[in-house]
Amino acid sequence: MEQTLIQNSLKEKFSDEILSIDEASDILTVTVNKNCIRDIILFLKDELGFGFLTDLCGVHYPDKELQLGVVYHLHDLTHNQRIRIKTFTTLEQPEIASVHDIFSSANWMERETYDFYGVVFTGHPKLIRILNVEYLDYFPMRKEYPLEDSTRTDKDDRFFGR
Amino acid sequence: MEPLEREHILIRPEDFDKNFSTLNLGPTHPATHGIFQNILTMHGETIIDAEQTIGYIHRAFEKIAERRPFYQITTLTDRLNYCSSPINNIGWHLTVEKLLGVKTSKRIDYMRIVIMELARITDHLICNSVIGVDSGALTGFIYLFQEREKVYEIYEEICGARLTTNLGRIGGFERDFTPDVIRKIKEFLENLPKVLRQFENLLLRNRIFMDRTIDVGGISAERALNYGFTGPNLRAAGVDYDVRVMNPYSSYDDFDFTIPIGTNGDTYDRFCVRQEEMWQSIKLVKNALENLPEGNFHEDVPEFYLPPKEEVYSKMESLIWHFKIVMGEMEVPVGEVYHSVEGGNGELGFYLVSDGGRTPFRLHFRRPGFIYYQAYPEMIKGSVLSDAILTMSSMNVIAGELDA
Repeated sequence: MEQTLIQNSLKEKFSDEILSIDEASDILTVTVNKNCIRDIILFLKDELGFGFLTDLCGVHYPDKELQLGVVYHLHDLTHNQRIRIKTFTTLEQPEIASVHDIFSSANWMERETYDFYGVVFTGHPKLIRILNVEYLDYFPMRKEYPLEDSTRTDKDDRFFGR
Repeated sequence: MEPLEREHILIRPEDFDKNFSTLNLGPTHPATHGIFQNILTMHGETIIDAEQTIGYIHRAFEKIAERRPFYQITTLTDRLNYCSSPINNIGWHLTVEKLLGVKTSKRIDYMRIVIMELARITDHLICNSVIGVDSGALTGFIYLFQEREKVYEIYEEICGARLTTNLGRIGGFERDFTPDVIRKIKEFLENLPKVLRQFENLLLRNRIFMDRTIDVGGISAERALNYGFTGPNLRAAGVDYDVRVMNPYSSYDDFDFTIPIGTNGDTYDRFCVRQEEMWQSIKLVKNALENLPEGNFHEDVPEFYLPPKEEVYSKMESLIWHFKIVMGEMEVPVGEVYHSVEGGNGELGFYLVSDGGRTPFRLHFRRPGFIYYQAYPEMIKGSVLSDAILTMSSMNVIAGELDA
């Protein structure tokens, strides 16, 4: 299906929920309200043929109001068309509806996103940490956690960018 | 304090009269070739349910990548699927080149295809020979590992390393193929078909092997797609999705090759698909090597391609570029890219978010093994324990990739 057709049918169905559409990126990128994420993924799968969830991951933007992002990459294998769906939420209310029953592959990817970013996927059957140890009490991929021990004095990162 | 025994390890009271038992397979079990824990609920020898625990060798690559300049991330990708590290390296370089808008010449593309297909061969050699080992045939394993060693010698000749290769650079290669490399590849291509045929004679129509693998650990095409299967595992289930054909990168569209597919998605089909892919890879390497155009082995991208050390010490311009690259004073475009390559065991994707800094703002690896390993319980339910071991080795789950 053509990119414009996908855009039009999305706009028609979810006109109030779509926050922005970016065609300039390598993949058609649609940013949507988090409340409709399940509906939009279901619509893409059932109506527009995006039957393959390639990837699901989190991003943390500490400078934005809606800090936590979840990025879905979907693939239409019949027409070889990819789409990227983004949704954002606040740190205080990190709940986003789970899509594990739409795509079984989302199960672990959502657990991984929870593990590293603390995004709570409501409706997930078993939202526990997957790669980190169970007793970890923070979400390590958030930007406020430095990679290295901040008490070290032998390294000065001011000279090396970030 | 968390209770020491997790809920799923305890046998529930209602299971007592069913005579279920719990078996803790792993984390370090000699039959699973890596650190995988599976908590199996068994009825006699039949598996009723399974649950995997992963993360034993998690090394936080995505976090580390947020602090490293692009050219230093190559070494992290080595350690994802370490049976085919060059594919990961080149996949990463292609992702960065996509972000930077660097176009590579045909020579570089063909050189990359040679390396990537050699890596695919080693990956499949390991996986298929291990399927043999797990079904009780050690001989084929020894035969194939001799060939794998020869590919590692080729890597050594090209980049100096064997397993974790750090091969290639953004914009091409660190050095050209030497005559020795070409000779070694040709020798390898000469010898491999003989060994592969020998290996196929041992296993492909072997009654015991067929009994052990046909209808073991099968999955339907529909379920495989729903579980995010890619690579040989998906193709064994009958879906002809291959990134090399669907979204050709590195001039794969110049070559003529066949994508083998299976029908049942069982262990035998996965074995056969990998076997046929190796034959196709041999053809690809041969073609790429024969048609290798003349030219430079790297693109002219001084902003990202580290100049040779001799020039850094003798030429002012090289010294400046070297300094700028190392100190991270290069202009990096702001944006997001997703690029995927056909890895040894599936679609290896890189989702890169750049904010213009010298390091990625966010880098996510789409590791095929992590995604399709979820289907393992569904695939082994109702089968016996020895089949579960065989199913795992035929899925080509690599611990390094699973845990990133």
